[in-house]
Amino acid sequence: MDVDRFEIRLSGSGGQGIILAAIILAEAAGIFEGYHVSQTQSYGPEARGGRCKAEVVISSRQIDYPKAVQLDMMLAMNQASCDAYCFDFKPNGLLLVDSGLVEQVPTSRAVFLPFTKIAREVAGKDLVANIVALGALGYFCPLLTNKNLEAALTARVPPETVKINSKALQAGFKAAEEFDLNSLPRSIIPEEEEEI
Amino acid sequence: MISGMTELRHKYLRHHKKFPHVWCPGCGNGIVLGAFIRAIERLNLKKDDIVFASGIGCSGRMPTYVDFNTLHTTHGRALTFATGIKLAKPSLNVIVVMGDGDATAIGGNHFIHAARRNLDLTAVIINNQIYGMTGGQASPTTPYGAQSTTSPFSNIEHAFSIAELAVAAGASFVARGTVYHAAQLDKLIEKGIRKKGFSVIEVMSNCHVQFGRRNEMGDPVTMLKWFKDHAVSKDDGSSLPPDSLHDKFTVGILADEDKPNYIEAYKEIREKSQRN
Amino acid sequence: MNAIQTGEKRRMKHELNGKKFLLQGNEAMAEGAIAAGCRFFAGYPITPASEISERMSYRLPQVDGTFIQMEDEISSLGAVIGASLAGVKSMTATSGPGFSLMQENLGYACMTETPCVVVNVMRGGPSTGLPTSPAQGDVLQARWGTHGDHPVIVLSVSSVSECFSITVTAFNLSEKYRVPVVVLSDEVVAHSRETFTIPTADSIEVADRIVPNVPPEWYKPYEDNSRGVPPMAPMGDGYRHHVTGLAHDARGFPTERPDEIEAFSNRQFRKITNGFFEIQITKKLTVEDAEIVVIAYGSVARSARRAVAMARSQGIKAGLIQLVTLFPFPKNTVVNLMRQCKAVIVPEMNMGQISREVKRVNTGLTEVYKYNRIDGKLITPMEIFEEIQKI
Repeated sequence: MDVDRFEIRLSGSGGQGIILAAIILAEAAGIFEGYHVSQTQSYGPEARGGRCKAEVVISSRQIDYPKAVQLDMMLAMNQASCDAYCFDFKPNGLLLVDSGLVEQVPTSRAVFLPFTKIAREVAGKDLVANIVALGALGYFCPLLTNKNLEAALTARVPPETVKINSKALQAGFKAAEEFDLNSLPRSIIPEEEEEI
Repeated sequence: MISGMTELRHKYLRHHKKFPHVWCPGCGNGIVLGAFIRAIERLNLKKDDIVFASGIGCSGRMPTYVDFNTLHTTHGRALTFATGIKLAKPSLNVIVVMGDGDATAIGGNHFIHAARRNLDLTAVIINNQIYGMTGGQASPTTPYGAQSTTSPFSNIEHAFSIAELAVAAGASFVARGTVYHAAQLDKLIEKGIRKKGFSVIEVMSNCHVQFGRRNEMGDPVTMLKWFKDHAVSKDDGSSLPPDSLHDKFTVGILADEDKPNYIEAYKEIREKSQRN
Repeated sequence: MNAIQTGEKRRMKHELNGKKFLLQGNEAMAEGAIAAGCRFFAGYPITPASEISERMSYRLPQVDGTFIQMEDEISSLGAVIGASLAGVKSMTATSGPGFSLMQENLGYACMTETPCVVVNVMRGGPSTGLPTSPAQGDVLQARWGTHGDHPVIVLSVSSVSECFSITVTAFNLSEKYRVPVVVLSDEVVAHSRETFTIPTADSIEVADRIVPNVPPEWYKPYEDNSRGVPPMAPMGDGYRHHVTGLAHDARGFPTERPDEIEAFSNRQFRKITNGFFEIQITKKLTVEDAEIVVIAYGSVARSARRAVAMARSQGIKAGLIQLVTLFPFPKNTVVNLMRQCKAVIVPEMNMGQISREVKRVNTGLTEVYKYNRIDGKLITPMEIFEEIQKI
């Protein structure tokens, strides 16, 4: 698929594995799908807690500006990061949030999925919520395939955790699959929605 | 004996244009240099295999005069350069000469960390209790109450005991000698170089021009005599009543321990990293 | 950020050349250094440069090199110079506060003509400043930070692929000219991950220092020659000589003779001037017919690239000169473009450090505008585009 810039922002609090999820996403697109990618982040001095933001830009061409300009997708794993980083959306941009941790969203194109709850169910711990979310992101992102996301995940995480992470990824993928995207407006600009 | 010394001079001193040296007549640095050369001769080391490094100050000029691979670095940093050289070429014998201000003020952090790290280096620290080259300012080893050009009303800071500091920081081999006890000094330096691991030889030396002159010891002989009278051998020290030792300092070997040294340990790190 | 994730570690066991990776700028710098032949690294932890140390601590022992974590940045550069004197290509990496501490020994490397590479991943300053935010405030410090008049080469990087290739260039220039080379990165470049294929070993050009070919008794470590770069004997190879930070004669011994000192100092500058043709590196984008030229470096050059493309798509004749070499300042390239363009814009994450150089070489040829941002945020393409539109 020829793409100029496809931009994804992942956000949450430090320790939720936001940057790791962004790296796996970038490797799936860059190494396994063969796109040019650029992955950046900003974070504070805290290793745990605080706010954390990571971005992935995917393109068929050499990427000039490495950070996001206009978002195609965003993930918010808590309310604070949703409040802080939800800007620069394309009109048809899609926001994914953890329904257990985010109550208010600034866009009508928001997908609420219980990432943390799913993580607890499939893995018995919150720790892999980032991977569950990654699975959902992968489902909604037209540039990624389940197979390549899985391959990138397997190559990156410690061998003894591959199984549990893989389960989390698939659970996220499945949850996204069950979500009816048609229930959302296609664009946040009403006229555009009609045109489409 | 004299002919032997002449022979050593020809073998180890640089002939071309490096003399006369910068040191004052009667300076203890010459005695330390002599002891160093005799130690090298006794160890039968090749001149090409020796790196002699220094920092800044009167001691810093010492490498200029001898025919080894010599290095005159920045103030207090000689040990850091020596660390790089030793790690890059472990087959070299790397010996560092420093002054008291050089090693324990501006270079104090490098000194304790080199001791802790236990890289196979030899540090000879010439302690003349003053900044000599810059004109007699107080150093970290200037005694409490002494006069200097920056403590004109008397020094109110307490002095470091360099050798004891080295022991506490973990050096494998620590000794203290004086320029009065020249024969012992040869042996201490020789043992220090021989030791695998970080070794420190503190040498009490005279700066009668900058320290002695302001502290009622204005000539070399008076200062050497002071060393003679105040040095207590390590072995005798323990049997003497503590009261009699308050103005004395210990000479001899203060620590001699075998512990894993950095070069050997790093070899294992390399093997570990290359194992698949 | 822990640079070496488990997956990364597993992959680093294998031959890396010719393979594609998602690498951070900092990681690519370490790989570039190793590819250039660097086998010694000494460093002290500091954000945002630590990943270079971390990767070196893992990679160097694999290639029979040596990594050491020193007690501070002063000792790090000291050890690096020591290792280089013993014949091993060496590097250290730090950020602003550490770079300040390194100025003393950077001068020593200049004075003793010891090759070494010093990376400064710039963050907001002065002092502790903004450890996790980008800035370009250390540009003139890199040029003039150590005391005394001295030549130095300062390069800058704007992408992961440049982090690799320019680090190789830095080593090559350092070895060829016997001069410390400072590589300025910044927080954005250092922490951005981009896909990058590590070139195969045979496709990387590596320069080594010239060693003497005369018998030891004839060797003069600082003797002039046509290039102004004397051969350099590693310590312990039989060429016993003296190295000092004092002004010295051709043999390396301290001197106070004005004729010897002048000859030495002039040679320091001459050897760099002789090499301008290969030292002054720039990259150009659509400058042939450009009326407005953006001059940028580091991560800002990435924003400028996009801004210039945006301007072109609107029919504005805009171009970009990306400065890879900041010092010696690529005067000829810049002046040649000044002759043809109406205006030059210099966007920087400082209050105007390279723009001073640009203004210095502008002898009424064009208008020079600066655009500055010092709030710890990368200048965006839109901001530069708006500046272009204003003209």
